[in-house]
Amino acid sequence: MTMTPPLLELEGVRKSYGNGVTTEILHGIDLSIRQGDLVALIGPSGSGKSTLLNLIGLLDRPTRGRIAIEGQAAEHLDDRALTALRGDKLGFIFQAHHLLPGLTVLENVMLPSAASRGGFHPSMRAPAEALLSGMGLGDWVDAWPRQLSGGMQQRVAVARALMNQPALVLADEPTGNLDTATSNQVVDLLRERNAESATAFLIVTHDPTLARRCDRVVELVDGVVVYDGAPSGMKSWD
Amino acid sequence: MLALQLAWRFLREGRTQSLLILAGVTIGIAAFVFVSAIIEGLQVNLLEQTLGSQAHITVAPEEAPPRALMRAPGVAFARRIAPSEPRRRPFDQWQRAVRRVEATDGVVAVCPKVSGSALAYRGAAEEAVKVVGADAARLRRIVDIPANLVEGQYRLGGDEVVVGTSLADKLGARVGDPIRVRSGDRESVLRIVGIFDIGNEMVNGRWMVTSLRNAQTLLGRVGDITEIDARVADVYEAERIAREVEARTGVPTESWMERNRDLLTGLRSQDASTTMIRVFVLLAVAMGIASVLSVSVVQRRGQIGILRAVGTSRQIVLGVFLWQGVLFGLVGAVLGSLVGALAGELIETSALFDITVTPRLLFTALGVSVATGVLAAYLPARRAARLDPAAAIRGDE
Ligand SMILES: Nc1ncnc2c1ncn2[C@@H]1O[C@H](COP(=O)(O)OP(=O)(O)OP(=O)(O)O)[C@@H](O)[C@H]1O
Ligand SMILES: [Mg+2]
Repeated sequence: MTMTPPLLELEGVRKSYGNGVTTEILHGIDLSIRQGDLVALIGPSGSGKSTLLNLIGLLDRPTRGRIAIEGQAAEHLDDRALTALRGDKLGFIFQAHHLLPGLTVLENVMLPSAASRGGFHPSMRAPAEALLSGMGLGDWVDAWPRQLSGGMQQRVAVARALMNQPALVLADEPTGNLDTATSNQVVDLLRERNAESATAFLIVTHDPTLARRCDRVVELVDGVVVYDGAPSGMKSWD
Repeated sequence: MLALQLAWRFLREGRTQSLLILAGVTIGIAAFVFVSAIIEGLQVNLLEQTLGSQAHITVAPEEAPPRALMRAPGVAFARRIAPSEPRRRPFDQWQRAVRRVEATDGVVAVCPKVSGSALAYRGAAEEAVKVVGADAARLRRIVDIPANLVEGQYRLGGDEVVVGTSLADKLGARVGDPIRVRSGDRESVLRIVGIFDIGNEMVNGRWMVTSLRNAQTLLGRVGDITEIDARVADVYEAERIAREVEARTGVPTESWMERNRDLLTGLRSQDASTTMIRVFVLLAVAMGIASVLSVSVVQRRGQIGILRAVGTSRQIVLGVFLWQGVLFGLVGAVLGSLVGALAGELIETSALFDITVTPRLLFTALGVSVATGVLAAYLPARRAARLDPAAAIRGDE
């Protein structure tokens, strides 16, 4: 075994909201994700899945505990460094707010690259186009997001998340708004990407079918991890 | 770069809003340019009318003390008893004074003059006139008679005299006619060679301009002058230069600014009201931009969250909204200047003066407009930059 640190490591992560009377949402989460992992994060509504994803995505800071990405502890980094790390290492896919409506499909995909290099450059076209073609969207590069169907938009969002070749892609209910057939397409795409690159995926989902197709399932209930293992080991699916 | 690129795309996306506020900025800047141009034109015109027929600076020895008509407490007494000739003191060593005035910084033209009251006769007509004697070349640099000539020529040699249109009318005289002029017990016959209209009734109706020598003889001041007129490069520097000239020559010196205090006060208060109008126009423009951008920040919370998530820094987000302010200001300034200048052009035909849209005014409008845009965009931009990305993506407050 190599001694390289895990891609992502959480130790005793707690998160509270509110000042004065605070409510703790996450009660000490330990979690570790390695290169190439494909992980489903499941749990009832309000259990803290999005909160956890935001912490991992460096969009928010934990109240207590430690988050490290490739061995680099996030608590010592200022906003600028966090932003840079986020742009370099992480990709995001959200349920809503997929795409910027004022940017073309291609520009949306190039956005992470433009953010890390300080502007849109012609040299970003080729890799972005290749990503879109790989998802069957080669004919839509210059279209506006509103001209695309929901499933196509979500595939563009996947392409955008992969643009900077991130180490970890965080997806918050990426198929929540899609019908079964379309959502299967998106899941196929994620699995495909995961198989052919070292990119790890952490996917929040309510969809048992999606969760079962991942390599590993983490279940969160009331801010506590109650299961972390293979999908087959889950006692019950709701 | 990214900030500007995104700013442009945001503006393009919110096309209707962008065009509306752009129209607002355009109208504001057009008003700014238009009002400024009119007031500037009006002021230039007033100054030209005032200074077209008078020297910027006049150096003249004190008049002999005025005779009091009556002395009683609280009763003012007349300083000047026209038309009886005031007994002026001779101008001692005036040639030396002329050289000193010429050597003063900021003075561009100097003209020694002799002037005094006289009566002009032609047929049955009799008119009180002011005889002005000077060197033709020097005088035209103080009062540009040749440029305002309506008949004949500008020549001041021998018995030649140039008069204003209304004096010519009152005397019923034309170019070529002789005029008898009397001052005290001295009398000359001068011949009209030119008639001018300088747009000032005091000059048009009274001045008879002739050679220095003719005037000296007629007014009984051979070898002497009554005043030295000077022109300066910057009319608003006249008072300061007058003080310097006075110190250099030791002769009382007066600037146009002293002589036209009311005009100057009028111009200053006009400036103040123009400034007020400008400030209010810019305030309206700023509020328009600020409110549109504030709404835009709220509407785009989710998009801003995405931008932050994909690695866009707070500074870039700040820049995206500041640039929108700059673009509104810039494009609004260009369009507004065009509209303002065009409006000025349109009413110029019916106005009595030139409406001057100077490059300086356009640069001012541009600078002020862009600055207004940036300042107005600042608060919304700061709000956008401070958005908590997690909350923004979640879509709550
Ligand atoms: N900014 C916040 N301030 C206060 N409470 C918050 C905040 N964000 C989330 N919460 C609370 O934290 C709890 C967990 O929310 P979270 O969004 O993480 O749940 P979730 O597991 O993603 O649920 P869902 O499946 O419905 O998306 C909820 O009770 C929510 O109300
Ligand atoms: Mg959630």
